[in-house]
Amino acid sequence: MSATGRRRVSQWAVVNILVIAYALFPVWWIIALSFKEPSTLTDGNFIPTDWTWENYRGIFQTSEFTRALINSIGIALISTVIAVVLGTMAAYAVARLRFPGKSLLIGMSLLIAMFPPISLVSPLFNIERIIGIFDTWTGLIIPYMTFSLPLAIYTLSAFFREIPWDLEKAAKVDGATPAQAFRLVIAPLAAPGVFTTAILVFIFCWNDFLFAISLTSTSAARTVPAAIAFFTGSSQFAQPTGSIAAAAVVITIPIIVFVLLFQRRIVAGLTSGAVKG
Amino acid sequence: MTQSAPTAPQDAQAPKGNRPLSEGARQERRLGWMLCAPAVIVMLAVTAYPIVYAVYLSLQRYDLRFPQQAEFVGLSNYGAVLSSEFWWEALWVTVFITLVSVAVELVLGFALALVMHRAIFGRGTVRTAILVPYGIVTVVAAYSWQYAWTPDTGYLAALLPSGSAPLTEHWPAIGLIILAEVWKTTPFMALLLLAGLALVPEETLRAAQVDGAGAWQRFFLVTVPLMKPAILVALLFRTLDAFRIFDNIYILTSGAHGTGSVSILGYDNLFTALNLGIGSAISVLIFLCVALIAFAFIKLFGAAAPGAQEGGR
Repeated sequence: MSATGRRRVSQWAVVNILVIAYALFPVWWIIALSFKEPSTLTDGNFIPTDWTWENYRGIFQTSEFTRALINSIGIALISTVIAVVLGTMAAYAVARLRFPGKSLLIGMSLLIAMFPPISLVSPLFNIERIIGIFDTWTGLIIPYMTFSLPLAIYTLSAFFREIPWDLEKAAKVDGATPAQAFRLVIAPLAAPGVFTTAILVFIFCWNDFLFAISLTSTSAARTVPAAIAFFTGSSQFAQPTGSIAAAAVVITIPIIVFVLLFQRRIVAGLTSGAVKG
Repeated sequence: MTQSAPTAPQDAQAPKGNRPLSEGARQERRLGWMLCAPAVIVMLAVTAYPIVYAVYLSLQRYDLRFPQQAEFVGLSNYGAVLSSEFWWEALWVTVFITLVSVAVELVLGFALALVMHRAIFGRGTVRTAILVPYGIVTVVAAYSWQYAWTPDTGYLAALLPSGSAPLTEHWPAIGLIILAEVWKTTPFMALLLLAGLALVPEETLRAAQVDGAGAWQRFFLVTVPLMKPAILVALLFRTLDAFRIFDNIYILTSGAHGTGSVSILGYDNLFTALNLGIGSAISVLIFLCVALIAFAFIKLFGAAAPGAQEGGR
């Protein structure tokens, strides 16, 4: 390799390392905190001197955290399934069928995705108390539809537009029944898009904080992001720093795993759907 | 939005005029509406109905401690909000945070997008790394920043002169809120811009180079104009999103020291002051602000109206 070539490589290496450091710096800090001994939590060291699992053991012993984790997983999964099923139906129609009102549907879902959640909090707070779904899973799944459904419709219709639907016809010409054509040709083509959309929707539901603190009052439906804001130390005077850090790391792991496994698809989904809730 | 995507294959145009529809076309129409109906009904039920109800609540004097005494008071809640210095301070803070963070994100996002576009190796790794801030729960990132900047627990606070607690002073706290917001959302901006960069034809850039344009000239005179639609869409999304800022402020400062956004103000009026009437008035005002921003973008800057690009259908 020539000298200039080597220099270019090392320049890019520096740039890449800078970007990666930028992305992972705060993540590392919360991980470091979560592994610190309670006595060294306040030493401000960037790397823990004594590594310990104590904070993790602590949070998994309290129902405050485990219950919130179950709520988070349950609520995010149910919201994702509803949004993806309804979104798939609508997106299929948008990509495949001729009918007036299509662009209205897309425009509407986009506007709704931009809706300020605080504007929904005060009316929903009252409605949910009156009909008795305040502080329940249903009470959170309903407002999650406001961002998950538009996101699903948007991302899915972008994916479905790319599918070569003529293959279905070709399969039928070759003697496949409609069911076979769907199962062997269309479903495998559509599955990656549906799957990616599901991951994106799940991440958005997992991320929500405002609805989760506003529309819950006990651990019955409080999700992890809301629960950690209410964490208290093991004694009245202890700061819950270690517990918060450990809980934060636990709910970050699934996201990191998704990102590592499916990054290419997530990028495709984000830029074609391009809706940030 | 697909303005930034390379292809948007147009579906066949709907039949023009009053030509009677064939039976097949009518059936297709009906099937299309039926498939969309559940999604439309759910979206309207979860947004349109509550916002109408919020308007109704905002016209009431409604203290949650005394729900029996609720009564119709016309626009006086709006009068109370608009004549309160808290509203204007929160609005100013929100606008300031929105403008600064979106501007910084645009510059940083471009830099990141160019790195991902041009890097001669390691593009995949960089892309994976920047997806982490995007995907991470905002509250988690906010806690990380909060601990980092708090004296005693923080490595960043340790770098400052001793005794300084940046999160307890107005301007430093606002700066740190912007930092947290920028860190979290720049990757999204960068990915949208990256999709836009892919649309700039390599030949055009090379032709400009042959004609003697320098790197900066090529960027500002060729790349940026060609990417205008992608840039405007990214700006629109991020501006509307930044205007709703809540999580970062709630965790970092809880809105103390004059750092509360309008969303924080609405939340406090509802859950601390327990005033549903005033809280709803703030909700409606925030909704109007967001609608105004979207309208301004579309009219003034010509950002393609949602759905318009699929247009003419």
